[in-house]
Amino acid sequence: MSKLPAKIVKVDYLARVEGEGGLFIRVKDNEVKDVKFRIFEPPRFFEAFMRGRDYSEAPDITARICGICPVAYQMSSSQAMEDAFGVQVDGQLRTLRRLLYCGEWIESHALHVYMLHAPDFLGYEDAIQIASKYPEIVKRGLEIKKIGNELMTIVGGREIHPINPRVGGFHRTPLERELKPMIEKLKWALNASLETVKWTSTFNFPDFEYDYEFVSLRHPEEYPITGGRLVSNKGLDISVQDYEKHFQEIHFEHANALHSEHIGVGPYHVGPLARYSLNFDKLSSKTQKAAREAGLGKQCFNPFKSIIVRSVELAYACEESIRIIEQYKRPEKSFIEIKPKQGTGYGCTEAPRGILYHRYRLANDGTILEAKIVPPTSQNQKTIETDLYHFVKKNISLPEDKLTWQCEQAVRNYDPCISCATHFLKLEIEHE
Amino acid sequence: MSSTQTKSNPPKLLVIGVGNEFRNDDSVGINIARRLRKLNISAIQIIEDTGDGAKLIEKWKDQDVVVVVDAASSGSEPGMIYRFDAVKQKMPTNFFNYSSHNFSVAEAVEMSRTLNQLPKRLVVYGIEGKDFAQGNSVTSPVKKAAEYVIDLIVEEFRTKHSSVHHSH
Repeated sequence: MSKLPAKIVKVDYLARVEGEGGLFIRVKDNEVKDVKFRIFEPPRFFEAFMRGRDYSEAPDITARICGICPVAYQMSSSQAMEDAFGVQVDGQLRTLRRLLYCGEWIESHALHVYMLHAPDFLGYEDAIQIASKYPEIVKRGLEIKKIGNELMTIVGGREIHPINPRVGGFHRTPLERELKPMIEKLKWALNASLETVKWTSTFNFPDFEYDYEFVSLRHPEEYPITGGRLVSNKGLDISVQDYEKHFQEIHFEHANALHSEHIGVGPYHVGPLARYSLNFDKLSSKTQKAAREAGLGKQCFNPFKSIIVRSVELAYACEESIRIIEQYKRPEKSFIEIKPKQGTGYGCTEAPRGILYHRYRLANDGTILEAKIVPPTSQNQKTIETDLYHFVKKNISLPEDKLTWQCEQAVRNYDPCISCATHFLKLEIEHE
Repeated sequence: MSSTQTKSNPPKLLVIGVGNEFRNDDSVGINIARRLRKLNISAIQIIEDTGDGAKLIEKWKDQDVVVVVDAASSGSEPGMIYRFDAVKQKMPTNFFNYSSHNFSVAEAVEMSRTLNQLPKRLVVYGIEGKDFAQGNSVTSPVKKAAEYVIDLIVEEFRTKHSSVHHSH
C-alpha cells in the first residue's frame, strides 16, 4: 500500500466545482440601487480553442461546454459548418437530430422541474425533502428523466456528450428495432408529463409580470427546436445569418460572461417562456389543451410560471419523440458527404434554456479561423438582472430571508447553466 | 438477497469514478476509474460519470457493493481523503441550495436513501482538490492521494466482498 499523503477525515461536503456565479443586490433607504447577476466563469475560451481545429471537431469540442445541453452545441455547430459548405441535412437525418434533441429536452426539463425548481414553490429546501413527503412524485420525475437519457443513448451513442452526431448527420443511425421499444416508455412519459403540467399549475406564483422582448426561433411547420427564423414579439423577424446585425455582446466589469442585448432595444428573453409565447400555435393540440387547462394563455409573461411552460414542453417533447419514432425509417446513408470550402457559416438551435448561436469562419481546407458562440445564459443575463431589479423593488418590504429565497427562485426561473455559465449562486443583499 | 441466491448470482460490484476530465483536479475520480480498469479485476464493473445525481441513483440502485470516487472542494488541505460509509452515515448536503441546475454525489446519496434505493453497501471517497480550472493536469498532492485511494478501493473489495455473500 502507498504511503498515506494526508490523514483521512470525515467530509463536510463534496462538491463539483465547474464554475461560479453570484448575485449582488444593493438597497439604500428601501430603494434598490444596484443589482448584479455575476457570472465568473465564461465559456469564451472555447472560441479560442476552436481556432486552428478542423471543422469536423467542432461538434465534439463544443459539446464539452455543457454536460446538460451538449446536443444543443453539437447541433448549432454542425448546422453552422453545413451552412458554410452549402450542405442541407434533411429527411430522416434531420428528423433524427430532432429526436436526439427531444431526448435532451426531456432530460433537462424533467431535472429542472422536479429537482431544482419545484422545491422553491413547495417551500422545501431541496428535492430530497419533497421525496420524503411525496416519494412517488420524485420517482416520477426521475423516471421521465431516465427515459430522456435512454433516448439520448440510443440516438447519440451515450447519454452525456453524445459521440454519434457529426457534421452532415450521424456516424451511425439507429435501427428501427432499436428505437421502437422506446414508444411504450415515451407514452408513459407523455402521460407523466401531462400530470406534471397539472401538478405545477397548482403551485402559488408570485404576482409578477414583465413586458419582455421574447426571442426564439420560429419554423413554418414545427415547434422550434432545430431551426427556423429568429423572431420576437416586438417585430423582429430575421434569418439566423443576420443575428449579429441585431444582437451584440457587451462586457461588464462584474461578470466575465458577456451580456447580450438587442441593439437599440435592450435586454431580451430567451428560453421556454419565449418559445412558448411565440409558437403556441405550433404545439400539438394535446399540449395546447394541457396548457390551457393549466391556466396559461397563448403567451406567458410571468417568469415564475416558466415551470408550467417547461412541463408543457416536456409533454411536447415526449409526444414529438413518439411521432418521430413511429414514422422512422432508417436512412440509407448516415451522413451527407462534406467537401470543405472557404467561407462563414451560421447555426442556431433551441437549447432547453433558449437559443444557442454559433458562427465559424473557415479556411479552404475546413480549418476554423474564427469561432463565435453565444449561449442562452449570457443572452438572458441582463434580463435576469432586470427581473431582479423590478422584483426586489416591488417586494422590498418582504422579510430579508423571504426576499432572498424569492430572488434565488427568480434566478432559477431561467435555470442559468452550470457549465455554460455558472455553478454556484451566492446571494448578497447589502443594506446601506 | 438470500445466501442461496448469492451462490448462484455473484454480487454486483461497481466502482463509479466521478469527475470532469477537463477540469484538472476534478478529473481524479475519472483517472482512478481508468487506473482500476487496467488492473483487470473482472468481478468489478467500473464506470466513469460526470456526476449527474439522477443518473448515479439509477446506476447504483440495483447493485450490491458500490464505491464512488469524486473530487472534493471543502477548503481543506489538497490531497485530503474523505471516506464515507454512505449506508450508515448521512452525507451533509448544505451546499445543495446553491446549485443552480444539477445535484451531485452527496444529494444523490441522500435522495437514494429517502427513496429506499441505496445499494446494500456504498462507500464514497472524496479527494480534496486544489486546482479546478480548465485543463487536464492533476496537482501533485491529488495524484498521491489517488494512488492511495486506488489501494484502499482494492482493499475494500478484498475484505468486504465476503460480507456481501453472507450478510443477507
